[in-house]
Amino acid sequence: MNMVSEPNVEAEAAPALVVNNVSHRFGETLALDDVSLQVPRGAFVVLLGLNGAGKSTLFALITRLYDNVTGEIRILGHDVRRRASAALQRLGVVFQGRTLDLDLSLKQNLLYHCSLHGIRGREARARTKQALEFVGLADRANEKVRNLSGGQARRVEIARSLLHRPTLLLLDEPTVGLDIDSRESVLEIVRSLVAAEGLGVLWATHLFDEVQPTDHLVILHKGRILFTGAVPEFLDKTGTKTVSDAFRAITGTTDMEFAA
Amino acid sequence: MSVGSATEANGSLQRAGQEPGSSWGTAPPPLGGRAYFTCFSGIVWREVLRYLHQRERFLSALVRPLVWLFIFAAGFRQTLGVSIIPPYQTYVLYEVFITPGLIGMIQLFNAMQSSLSMVYDRETGAMRTLLVSPFPRSFLLLSKLVGGVAVSLLQVYAFLLVAYFWEIEPPLYGYLTVLPALILSGLMLGSMALFMSSVIRQLENFAGVMNFVIFPMFFASSALYPLWRVKESSVLLYQICQFNPFTHAVELVRFALYGQVDWTSLAVVVAFTTVFLGGAIYAYNPSKGLIARRGGPGGS
Repeated sequence: MNMVSEPNVEAEAAPALVVNNVSHRFGETLALDDVSLQVPRGAFVVLLGLNGAGKSTLFALITRLYDNVTGEIRILGHDVRRRASAALQRLGVVFQGRTLDLDLSLKQNLLYHCSLHGIRGREARARTKQALEFVGLADRANEKVRNLSGGQARRVEIARSLLHRPTLLLLDEPTVGLDIDSRESVLEIVRSLVAAEGLGVLWATHLFDEVQPTDHLVILHKGRILFTGAVPEFLDKTGTKTVSDAFRAITGTTDMEFAA
Repeated sequence: MSVGSATEANGSLQRAGQEPGSSWGTAPPPLGGRAYFTCFSGIVWREVLRYLHQRERFLSALVRPLVWLFIFAAGFRQTLGVSIIPPYQTYVLYEVFITPGLIGMIQLFNAMQSSLSMVYDRETGAMRTLLVSPFPRSFLLLSKLVGGVAVSLLQVYAFLLVAYFWEIEPPLYGYLTVLPALILSGLMLGSMALFMSSVIRQLENFAGVMNFVIFPMFFASSALYPLWRVKESSVLLYQICQFNPFTHAVELVRFALYGQVDWTSLAVVVAFTTVFLGGAIYAYNPSKGLIARRGGPGGS
């Protein structure tokens, strides 16, 4: 696609994602209670919370499945409610569930996604090829997704989320159900993007061992943010040595709840 | 995949930024008319591709109406005489009479199936991939709807082709004049199903849909018997049939197949399409819609 070369007018200072004072309620249940967080560009932010902490609700709001009623959500300075189109153009998402068409080929799946962003023709084919090369699946472009393993399908979904070159990438429990090798490769791919392209990543998980010391941490528990900051700070604050101990300390959860 | 290859391969992504404006970190271009068209055709193309890849769905969509035509209609031929009613100019075989009804059935089934697939999509998240596209949501839903109609057109013409060899021979121009009618009736049934997919959660169960939607709509209509016959046996049923939008879809198609327009049916079909489509767009609206109220696709 021949895009008009325009100067990057987006404020350099605007973080990839800003969530300010967002609460959300379903009937009686308060799913999110005054949630605020930031994802700077070039940062890998881990959103850590148990199942049911409100991670999915937060993702639904950021992806504008439904609107936030209170507070504001901005992607690169664009308000998700008021400037939905501009915000969504800069957002890549890897959903928790499988979202590829199993009977279509990898290439067809990716080209479909290109069209959802208005990217067509040679440009779409070039981006599809590059994205598949990037996740190491270029040689299987014409195979059906059905033939892929869980880890490979995940990599295709990451490739897909990058086709429109987003500045913010959201991943909702992307490693659930993957074996150890696949998990590592998925993590490695995403981390390399953060380093090379300056992508802001919000990585939601309940798996503590996915956290690295250099990551930013956001702890979400029962709809409330209990901590945001660097990992060493988190350990200092709680006086613990591991992220999982710190998490137990700050949330007061028992091992029983972990097992659940 | 090794760590090294991820980092290495990463270089190729950066090289991809050779065209001006397409590199990472620059503002994406505004979405113009061509981008809309790209999105629209992409969504329609996906629906058609998915359909063509599901052979069972392709076959069952063809076999279902053919069973009615070959067996049911043959059995009823002697029992039910059809007098000369417009648009027919002579006595017609019962098979000929129920062909528009069976076309309606094809479109009804297709609409319900695509609406079911949307419920399924909602659970797996394919619907969410669609909804995070930067285009307006009403435009996305409409494109999806047209994709479903395109699939139903394939099914209907395949059926008409087979039926031709069973002496269902409308005038040749009828195959052309029926097209706009098919698009309209497809849109009506599709938007109805789209609306239902957003409102009714129990749609997961196809048997339920058969019992509560497809069968009543199909049988209480002019698909299988002319309405004057229905009136003879029950005035109430006759009135129900007349209020059934499916009746009007069938009549619209029946007349169009002979190059004629049934204006009443046309008006009814257009009106119902508008209402259902408006409802569906409302239901999927991120701030007002029903999805927001009850906690999103797949529930909270």
